[in-house]
Parts: sequence; C-alpha cells; structure tokens
Amino acid sequence: MAIFLDETARVLVQGITGSAGSFHTRQMVQYGTKVVAGVTPGKGGTQLDGIPVFNTVREAVKETGANATAIFVPAPFCKDAMLEAIDAGIKLIVCITEGVPVLDMLAVKPIADREGVRLIGPNCPGIISPGKAKIGIMPGHIHMPGHVGVVSRSGTLTYEAVDQLTKLGIGQSTCIGIGGDPIQGTGFIECLEAFEADNDTEAVVLIGEIGGQQEEKAAEWISKKMTKPVVAFIAGQTAPPGRRMGHAGAIIAGGKGTAKEKIECLKAHGIEVAPTPADIGITMARVLKKV
Amino acid sequence: MKIHEYQAKAILASFGVDIPKGELATTPEEAKRAAQRIGGSVWVVKAQVHAGGRGKGGGIKVCRSLDEVFAKAQAMLGNKLVTPQTGPQGKLVRKVYVEEGLDIARELYLGLILDRETRKIVLMASSEGGMEIEEVAARSPEKILKEYIDFLVGIQPFHIRNICFGLGLEGEVAKKAHRFIEGVYRAFVEKDASLVEINPLVVTKEGGFLALDAKMNFDDNALYRHKDVLELRDFDEEEPLEVQASKYDLSYIKLDGDIGNLVNGAGLAMATMDIIKYFGGEPANFLDVGGSADREKVRAAFEIILADKPKAILVNIFGGIMKCDIIADGIVEAAKNVKLDVPLVVRLQGTNVELGRKILAESGLPIIPAETMKEAAEKVVKAARGEIRP
Repeated sequence: MAIFLDETARVLVQGITGSAGSFHTRQMVQYGTKVVAGVTPGKGGTQLDGIPVFNTVREAVKETGANATAIFVPAPFCKDAMLEAIDAGIKLIVCITEGVPVLDMLAVKPIADREGVRLIGPNCPGIISPGKAKIGIMPGHIHMPGHVGVVSRSGTLTYEAVDQLTKLGIGQSTCIGIGGDPIQGTGFIECLEAFEADNDTEAVVLIGEIGGQQEEKAAEWISKKMTKPVVAFIAGQTAPPGRRMGHAGAIIAGGKGTAKEKIECLKAHGIEVAPTPADIGITMARVLKKV
Repeated sequence: MKIHEYQAKAILASFGVDIPKGELATTPEEAKRAAQRIGGSVWVVKAQVHAGGRGKGGGIKVCRSLDEVFAKAQAMLGNKLVTPQTGPQGKLVRKVYVEEGLDIARELYLGLILDRETRKIVLMASSEGGMEIEEVAARSPEKILKEYIDFLVGIQPFHIRNICFGLGLEGEVAKKAHRFIEGVYRAFVEKDASLVEINPLVVTKEGGFLALDAKMNFDDNALYRHKDVLELRDFDEEEPLEVQASKYDLSYIKLDGDIGNLVNGAGLAMATMDIIKYFGGEPANFLDVGGSADREKVRAAFEIILADKPKAILVNIFGGIMKCDIIADGIVEAAKNVKLDVPLVVRLQGTNVELGRKILAESGLPIIPAETMKEAAEKVVKAARGEIRP
C-alpha cells in the first residue's frame, strides 16, 4: 500500500510537449510510472517516445483510460488545465507549475473538492510512492521503498530529508510535496489522515515552513487523532517578517506564522521537532527505535 | 507587489470608492500649486513611501496655509523618513501627496485579505480606525467585525449589512458605505490584490464616506494579467540588489549577516539560513536560484551575493534532477568571472555528485568542500571567522 498513488495509476501529462513536460515525462517513465497519454492543444496525433498526444483531456481519457494527471503547463493556463482535468473525470491531479494566482486556486479548489478530486499542488515537486510510481519532478533515485511517509511544503528540502532517511536505511511509503502556495489542493491534515489509515506507513516526517496556520492545525490533529509517530521540521527560523521567502505562501504576515510559534506548538502537542534540517533523518531513526 | 497610497487611491476611485481631492507633488512649489488648485483652507501633506506608520514618523502633516504646505513639503522631500516600519535607516521621500483637509466625525477601519485556513476572502471592519489593526486585534478582538466571502459567489448584500449595522452606520451614510464596500471588494478581486486596507476610513461631519488612507498589495503571480498595476512598481522603493536579482528571476532577500548563501529551492534556502544561525553564524541573504539554474543565473547570483561583501559564502545545492557536474561547471565559471576573494564552502548532493566534486577540486578556486549540510554550515561559520581557510 501507499497513499494516493500506486503502480496502477494511468498517468496523463498536460503540457507534455514543453521542455519541462517532456523531460519529466521521460524521467517518470524511467522510474516505472505508466504514462499513457499527453495533452497539448494543437499537437494531437503526435507522439512522445511512443506516448500518444491528444488535443483535449477528454479525448485522452476516452482513448487511454488515464485516471491521473501531471500538469506542466505555464501558470496562466493552469486554472484551465486543472478544470479541464476535473471535467474529464480525472481523480488525481498533480500541478507542478509555480506561479498560479491565488484567486485561480480559490476557484479551482472548491470544484475539485465537490467532484471528489485529489488535487496536489500547485508549485510542488509532486508525489512518489517509491518502487511503485512517481508523478512529479523529484529525483527518483534518492528514494527507497519502506514505511515512513513524508509530507512537505518544500521541494529540495524534502529531497534533503528523503536522502537522509535513505542513507540511514529508512525507506518511504509515499512522499508528497503539497507545495509552497497559500492555497493548496491538499494540505497537511489530509495527508496525515491518509498516512494514519495506510497499513504500510509506520511513521511520518512533516516538513513545514513559515506562513499560515497549517502546521498548528496539523499539530492539533496529530495529538488528537494520530497513533503513528511524527517527526517535524520547520524552515524559516531566521526569516524576517513581512518578506515572501521564495514561496508565495512563506511569509510572516501581521506577526503570525513564525517558525518559533509553530515549533513551540508542535512540541506542546508532543511532536518531535528536528533542531536543524540536518537532523531530520537521525531524529526519525531515534523515534523508530523507540517504537 | 506594493504601491503608494496615491496609486491605491486612484485604483479604488476607478471602482467608485470616494477619496478626498488630492494631487501628487515632487517639489515644494508643486505642492503649493496643488493645494491652491484643491482649494479650501486646510490641507494634508503626506510623504509617499512604501511603509506604514508615516504619521508617527512625521510623514503626515496638517497645514493651514499655502506657505505651510510649501514648508512641510520642503521638510519632507529629499529627506529620510523614519517610521516604526522603515527601520532606523529610514526611507528617502521623493514624492508627497497633497490632500484636502476634511472635517472628520468618525474614523473607521476596513480591510480585505485572503484567509488561508477557510480559503475565503475576509472583509474586516472596525470602529477603531486610525490604529494598527494588529493592536486592536490584540487588545479588543471583539471590536473587529469579520465577514468571510466565498470567491466563487462574491460579496453579498448581507455581508455589507452586517458590517454597516455592526459599525452603527445608518441612513445616507449606510447607503454610501454599501457602494464603497462593493467598490473595494471589486477592486480586490478584479486587480488580484492580496491586501486592501483603508485605515482610516472616515465619516465626515457633512456625511461623506471616504478613504483617508489606502494601502494595496498585489499577488505577484497574477501581475501578468494586470499590466496597468505592474506599471505602478516603484523601483526606488526597493532594495537595489533585490531589483537586480528579480531581473534574473532569482529569489533574493538581503539580510543583515555576513555569510552569503546560494541555494536551490526556497525551503532548502530557508533551512540553510537556519542551520547557519544554529552554528552561530548570521546569514547575509536568502537566495533561491530555482530549479533550473543555468550558468548565467549562477553567475548573476554570485555577483549579487558578493556585492553585499560577505565574509564567506555557502553554496548548498541538492541537484536532484539537475546534475551536479553541470552545477559545478557553472560555479567554477561564475567564480572565475566575478573574482571570488572570500572563502567558498560548497556542498553538492545528488546526481553525478562525484564528478561535480572533482570539477570543483581541480578548479584552483578557494573552495572548501563539504558533504553534508551540517558539515557545510559548520565550515562556513568557521571560514567567516577566519578559523579555517581553503
């Protein structure tokens, strides 16, 4: 088992003919993901390494039975691409693109919820269930199949954490980057719920950052509902207030959303917090030994 | 993106929001002539800088004669204004806004902002206008009225009624408030704002309902569809190195420390700053070169970091999909071009890491290699103190 994604997923790539889309399609195929179709309006009838390209998502779904999509189209077209995928009945949407306007997400998110669609991102590295499949841009080779779930608002910091785990011989069930935007398709709690229910996951690494109240909400949920151990890390302890730290969602606004508050809140709810980003793996190893 | 008060007011006015009569001036003479055209016997001269708390710093002055308008404008223009939000170095005042003085009966607060947790747009109002809303929230949260608006449906009359009755607005003033609030909401959504704040919003003794101050911030991700807003960007108000970085699509923020950082990914960049601090160092900047850093970007990043005169630089790259040898090539070339004269600690991880490290070792550059993030942070802190050398 794993969460949200396994080897049965039939993946479609929206924006497959673009430079990022084609590069990462090949990487996903190489990892073993079943990429069954691509969509680029106007390029229907062509192919990428034998993968058929269609003009519309509806057509791609009808012809190939695709049930998941990776979106690589430029930010101004993401709202349209996500809504098109929802309309075509796709149930897992992973939007990699960075720079989607907040108001576009305010429109898409409730529709995804209403239609029962699992939307991950935007502005995220995607999702990988090691040894099974990946939909996203993370380097597959640093992952190892196993029983620790990883959920994170960051990209390369997640790779750092996964690399530490793998080097310590700790494999992962599923790793999800939920993205660095203020409005995300999937948040921490939805991932934690799924990890809690997943027989294959024994513990979870949660990587948060400054901005918003998501980590605090997650801490409360963990202390009430989670039976599996969680190790957390919060990035941005040295971030100045009022400045957007790269991610649109990583900003301390009105004195709220500081790393200090989040770390204190996590600790108050009995959650182990790694003191530095270099200690995420070791902290998990220690916690697993206790279990 | 931030804009000036006078620009925010012009946008709001285009959505039917009432604002006082006002004109922009860049010289005391212009300010005096503006006051003459505006008419009346009381004016307000307001420094236009991207920082709040202007009143406390002497950036907002009430004047009762044209000569006083001239004098106050002269005192502000070309001088630094220090407010609680500018830091001790202050901000240079290049423009003032001259406005008619109003006979104020009540000062209120109105704000619109995104609430991440409910995924709704929050309309906030308070009878405590003219004060920092965070102060009001801390001291008497019951005085802040909040209406949560679903973006897909938009603002409804009941939202506005709740606010009007809550603020005790009646009759003609309530009617004006309806039009005002609707206009502010439309400006927020149609211009992809991330914040609109009208503080104070005033009720005049004649029954007027006007935005006495106005602040608008915009969603950077949506600026591509608002060329008119993008044109309002004032580069003079931004840190020059940050402006330079934005030209290369680098995410850079200048900080006060002495250890420069070059990292790929925003989360890893923040975490790198954190671990430097953990080992007793102070980061000089936040710099995310992004996921597809090429040689040109790496070179620009080095130039920007070096312009800030750090004592040491840490490069922390997790080259997942990007190959480490290519990154190493980029670092070597960039470092040669920009005459690197401070110790450089490089930590590379990911694909082709051995090849990347070999390229760095053979480059002849003053590079201190590190394998893990911890080792890299410890080494760069020591290098900055002169305790270790390449």
